[in-house]
Amino acid sequence: MTLVYALTIAAYVGCGLYMMLSRHAVRMILGLALLTNGAIFLIFFSGGIGATTPPVIPQGAEALAADAANALPQALVLTAIVIGFALTAFAIALALKAYRSLGTLDVREMQDAERLGAPDLPLSTPVKNHG
Amino acid sequence: MRSLILTAMARIFFAIMLAGSVWVLLRGHNEPGGGFIGGLVGAAGFATLALAAGVETARRALVLHPVVLMGAGLAIAFVSGVPGIVTDASFLTHQWGSLAGVKLGTTIVFDLGVYMVVVGGVLSFMFRLYEEDAA
Amino acid sequence: MADAATLLVLWPVLIPIATAALTAALWRSPAAQRWVGMASLMLLLAASLALTYVVATEGVVAKQFGDWAAPFGITFVADPLSAAMIAISGVLAFAVGIFALSDIRPRHERNGFHPLFHGLMAGVNGAFLTGDIFNLYVWFEVMLITTLGLLVVQRGRAQIDGALKYAAMNLFGTILFLIAVALLYGATGTLNMADLARILPGMEMSPGLTASALLFLAAFGIKAGVFPLFFWLPASYHTAPIAIAALFAGLLTKVGVYAAFRVFTLLFEMEGGGLREIVAVVAALTMITGVFGAAIQWNVRRILSFHIISQIGYMLMGLAIATPVAIAGAVFYIVHHIIVKANLFLLAGAIRKAAGTDDLRKAGGLLKSHPWLAVLFLIPALSLAGLPPLSGFWAKFLVIDASLREEVWWLAAVALLVGALTLFSMSKIWMEAFWKKPVLVRATPRRVPVAFVAPIVLLGAVTLTIGLFADPFVEYARTATAVLVDPADYIAAVFPEEGPVQAAGTAYPGTANHSQGAVE
Repeated sequence: MTLVYALTIAAYVGCGLYMMLSRHAVRMILGLALLTNGAIFLIFFSGGIGATTPPVIPQGAEALAADAANALPQALVLTAIVIGFALTAFAIALALKAYRSLGTLDVREMQDAERLGAPDLPLSTPVKNHG
Repeated sequence: MRSLILTAMARIFFAIMLAGSVWVLLRGHNEPGGGFIGGLVGAAGFATLALAAGVETARRALVLHPVVLMGAGLAIAFVSGVPGIVTDASFLTHQWGSLAGVKLGTTIVFDLGVYMVVVGGVLSFMFRLYEEDAA
Repeated sequence: MADAATLLVLWPVLIPIATAALTAALWRSPAAQRWVGMASLMLLLAASLALTYVVATEGVVAKQFGDWAAPFGITFVADPLSAAMIAISGVLAFAVGIFALSDIRPRHERNGFHPLFHGLMAGVNGAFLTGDIFNLYVWFEVMLITTLGLLVVQRGRAQIDGALKYAAMNLFGTILFLIAVALLYGATGTLNMADLARILPGMEMSPGLTASALLFLAAFGIKAGVFPLFFWLPASYHTAPIAIAALFAGLLTKVGVYAAFRVFTLLFEMEGGGLREIVAVVAALTMITGVFGAAIQWNVRRILSFHIISQIGYMLMGLAIATPVAIAGAVFYIVHHIIVKANLFLLAGAIRKAAGTDDLRKAGGLLKSHPWLAVLFLIPALSLAGLPPLSGFWAKFLVIDASLREEVWWLAAVALLVGALTLFSMSKIWMEAFWKKPVLVRATPRRVPVAFVAPIVLLGAVTLTIGLFADPFVEYARTATAVLVDPADYIAAVFPEEGPVQAAGTAYPGTANHSQGAVE
């Protein structure tokens, strides 16, 4: 089973990295989402997966059952999912904004930040500064 | 494009989803559920309304600006941790008491804060994306 | 009394969080946000200095969130290093807050400057104080999302372009961090740093742990902007408004450096496995690329952005040599650098105001029109280049001295060369902006607002103090290093009585199941 888990994570991370290498902003965001999921699976598997009962203290009991699952990786995974969700939402909003104001999602054509203060800029070109 | 079916059903769904979100929030007291999931369901309700009846309607239904809601929620969650400082000197140590046989704690205040942060946070993105779509 | 002292550990994080909440709730009134923000920055400064005082007098202080005992709850620990970082970022936030009063425009405030600023401070202070490696990841993410928000408070084309490049690299970095945390947890079964410091020395370096250590190095490297992972930095920093850029320049990369120091002293050994050699080469290349990148630039903010990179190399040098002397030098370096770099960015704002441009080729004549600005510029500029008796001289002296003692000649040579080239860049700004005849002579010089000058004077005074009275600061850096090198104090603060955790497998039912689950 371990091999299956490892291959699953490898597939996620591999696909994610491949997408990250793209020059298209949306593909990069999809790649990031895949990578995040790969990392989340890794946390989940490093916490140990087995036939265990959920880590909820039963009615009347004082402590977790002996065969209860480890609650910590679940908390970590939940946190990571929430953070991944927020960052993906932000990245999508940013990409949309970039498309609307720059007119492209190809990072090769995004040169505005470079142009602001490029060393080889001729002096006559008006340099747009922030206000 | 406005769909008649969506517009007609959206308000009903909105009410059901909002009620459902509150139920999920309260269920989190002792069982799976809680502020985060509840907040997501609630935000989905407002998003449905915004899709069907326009962002303006949804903004009016929310009353508060999403960012204000987010700030207020964070403040409430913060306040829920303060009693812990007074009693046994650690932030977020939650206090428990019981009212009419129901166990109550400051955790529910924390969850309410989380709920508001999630609704506010999701909607501040969502509304802006929808508005720019229309423009 | 002890309780009040330990509570101090929480305030540097709680104050900014409460302020972020309050300023967001006051969304409709930017003026109210401004005043709440300033009041909070003063409180934050007071709390930070109080914490440093307590740590300096009583040693390492630790606090559990919600009174959940370590290693199960989230621990906040203030050792001398984190206390120094907290104090210095408190000073910096206060200075930048004053600068922002005049630099930040209403449209920036409408895009959420105040809540994001305080949110960033919460993230930075949280990263300095946390004693839990996963919690460190969470604070990194808080920093990341507020940073992205701050980069686009100005919604221009260049800003969005810069933010996208910043996001791509840094999001990738945090995912590497998360994977490293997962591998570490899989190997040890705990994430509390003090607990890890007890368990890891007794463990064999398995492939999982090695991969984890290298991923930590890469993740913090991206955050710190080291060679060859620095490209996001000069692509984005110069686009943000000055107050924000100064805050980023002072704090963000240093959080990466701090995290590297924490993880590679407390958890992993620098010895063996070629780690030292890797870090040494990376440090040298970081210094060189940064300083050469700056040499060809004409935009003040771009020159300074590249210099951040080259200065990071000096701090890594301390980590690469890894003797107590070297680490103390690097600690001193970080503290000096945060103040000087942010001050230079604020000065770039003042130069811009006075000259009307960022482009050095178009500026000039400021020595005549703003002589006091020239004096204020010289303090951090010469300190950055490492001229005595300013703080940068002692910082460079300590690091280079340590490398000579360990007979790493080539690294010392690189550091000296880069110091000379830094002086070249600074004199370039001096010649072009202050000395040279102005391109256009104005009848009345442009006024520089008091809110610009006051923080520059404040930070300049701090630089002079560190430079002229270096002894107590060096002594403090040595104390901080003693705790870093020998984590016994750190562990004792987190686990007051010898805790229950001896073998990870018995304390964590889930990890005990691990092997069974894998077999099934």
